Amino acid sequence: MSVGEEELYRLYWRRFRANKFATAGGIVVLALFAISCFAPWITRYGPDNLDLYNVLVPPSTTHWFGTDDLGRDVFTRVIFGARLSLMVGFVAVGIATLLGTIVGLISGYYSDWVDTILMRFVDIMLCFPTFFLILAIIAFLGQNIWYIMAVIGLTGWMGVARLVRAEVLSLRERDFILAARAIGASDLRIIFRHVLPNALSPVLVSATLGVAGAILTESALSFLGIGVPPPTPSWGNILTSGKDYIEFAWWLTLFPGLAITVTVLAYYLVGEGIRDALDPRLHR
Amino acid sequence: MIRYLVRRLLLLIPLFIGITLITFAVIHLAPGEPVEMQIAMNPKVGAEARERLRKFYGLDKPLPVQYGEWLGRLARFDFGRSFSPDNRPVTAKIRERIPITLSLNVIALIIEFGLAIPVGILAAVRRDTWLDKGITVFVFIGFAVPTFWLALLLMYLFGIKLGWLPVSGLHSLGSEGYGSLRWFGDMIRHLILPISVAAFGSLAGLSRYMRSTMLDVLGQDYITTARAKGLPERTVIFRHALRNALLPVVTLLGLSVPGLIGGSVIFETIFAIPGMGQLFYGGVMSRDYPLVMGILVIGAGLTLVGNLLADIGYALADPRIRTGTSGGGSL
Repeated sequence: MSVGEEELYRLYWRRFRANKFATAGGIVVLALFAISCFAPWITRYGPDNLDLYNVLVPPSTTHWFGTDDLGRDVFTRVIFGARLSLMVGFVAVGIATLLGTIVGLISGYYSDWVDTILMRFVDIMLCFPTFFLILAIIAFLGQNIWYIMAVIGLTGWMGVARLVRAEVLSLRERDFILAARAIGASDLRIIFRHVLPNALSPVLVSATLGVAGAILTESALSFLGIGVPPPTPSWGNILTSGKDYIEFAWWLTLFPGLAITVTVLAYYLVGEGIRDALDPRLHR
Repeated sequence: MIRYLVRRLLLLIPLFIGITLITFAVIHLAPGEPVEMQIAMNPKVGAEARERLRKFYGLDKPLPVQYGEWLGRLARFDFGRSFSPDNRPVTAKIRERIPITLSLNVIALIIEFGLAIPVGILAAVRRDTWLDKGITVFVFIGFAVPTFWLALLLMYLFGIKLGWLPVSGLHSLGSEGYGSLRWFGDMIRHLILPISVAAFGSLAGLSRYMRSTMLDVLGQDYITTARAKGLPERTVIFRHALRNALLPVVTLLGLSVPGLIGGSVIFETIFAIPGMGQLFYGGVMSRDYPLVMGILVIGAGLTLVGNLLADIGYALADPRIRTGTSGGGSL
């Protein structure tokens, strides 16, 4: 990393900090990490502690978010749900980003029949109503948190692939790549040393937004009863019981939904903040 | 134009074959065989009957042969029979469900575009004012609110607390006896919440997109020229800018089809609407393989058609596409 690069990163950081929305989003994201790490110490209940004498108790000083139909503390379950959402978001997006980047690099760098085949495959995958596809695969494979993360990742890489391909196509004919080729650098070296670093910033943005999308997908799956199997608390499956008791217990619906909304909003704000910070057109 | 159209239509063939291949792979990825599910439901089935079922569904043949036969039947619009007790043809089951889902989604799309386009234009034209900022905040919240949660909140507010709107199904009990006008009004009342939820889903993204394409166009030289000529701002925006800014938004119409179909699972199960999404959900839960395969293929096929229409519309509006002079971009 040269000195010039370091200065550039400092500039990006300054621009990001100047964006109030993005900074707020960043703080929420950090807070969520802290909550996930220290979940057992934040609350005095366990996520699976049943208390059949205190079923569907409204919010109070002992149960901040009330209790559910089995007397479990909703605040505790929402806190532990944050752990799960974070894990799903990061693992699923990790898979999608890795796969999309590889496909995009190969497709853009060797733009001949390889490119044609890979891009047609992307087109085909994009035709499927993704949610249907995920629903079917999870239901047939069996409900398991690892399958869920893998399937969300494996059905979400196409956007990244197109993005990386477009970047590579525009980089390919630049002078510095031609120069690298002229001095006899191998394809692999050119791709990893020269093309990839320059294509990374849009990938970073799409990955941040992707975390938000993955969290939404997981919660919708769990809500429909095809996601994280109970008793593991997930924001989606708390909402399932929220729906069953919506007439008597609004707190079961309100709090997990708010948790999803705040989390997803935070990731969007951070993603947009990074995009704006990296976009030279906005800062002329 | 004709050459473009032919090329575009020919491209549908490999795409459709790809769709069927992936669908087939998804179904055969499941551990165990489809027949075993049917047998698990009924333990009295003996080994001989089991063989007969296997033969009946062609499961004793190698996978490529199974795929070939399935594809052959697809070509004649024969999706097989549902595994559910009624054992009806999948095509018939889907055919009676499609109109509800399709019309719900079309109405939602119209509302969505009807709201998002003016909102996006307004935000772009009044850039950086409090109005633009307010719209931006609303849009971000719109991105973040999960549709199923919104559905629950609306259900609670309008259905339970205020009691203004029904929250489940398409018709009230006993609506068969209503006169046709009252029957129709009753159905509209049932549809308000589901359609609002469906339309809200991509309202935020669409208006944001409209804003950014509009901003792109407003930064172009020909807009500066139009203003320099002394044209009124209204003419500049509606005659010169809007026409060009709308084009990319039209393509989005095609791309939004899979999202809409996917989203229908959520609002149809919540509001108990007998559409494709609910049918699919039921099929997935009871492992009704022929039904699930049929809906996946049809859902993806609808997207193909949506994309095709959007591309043709784009080509009609933009001569650069159909003559292929700009050349860039994949599909």
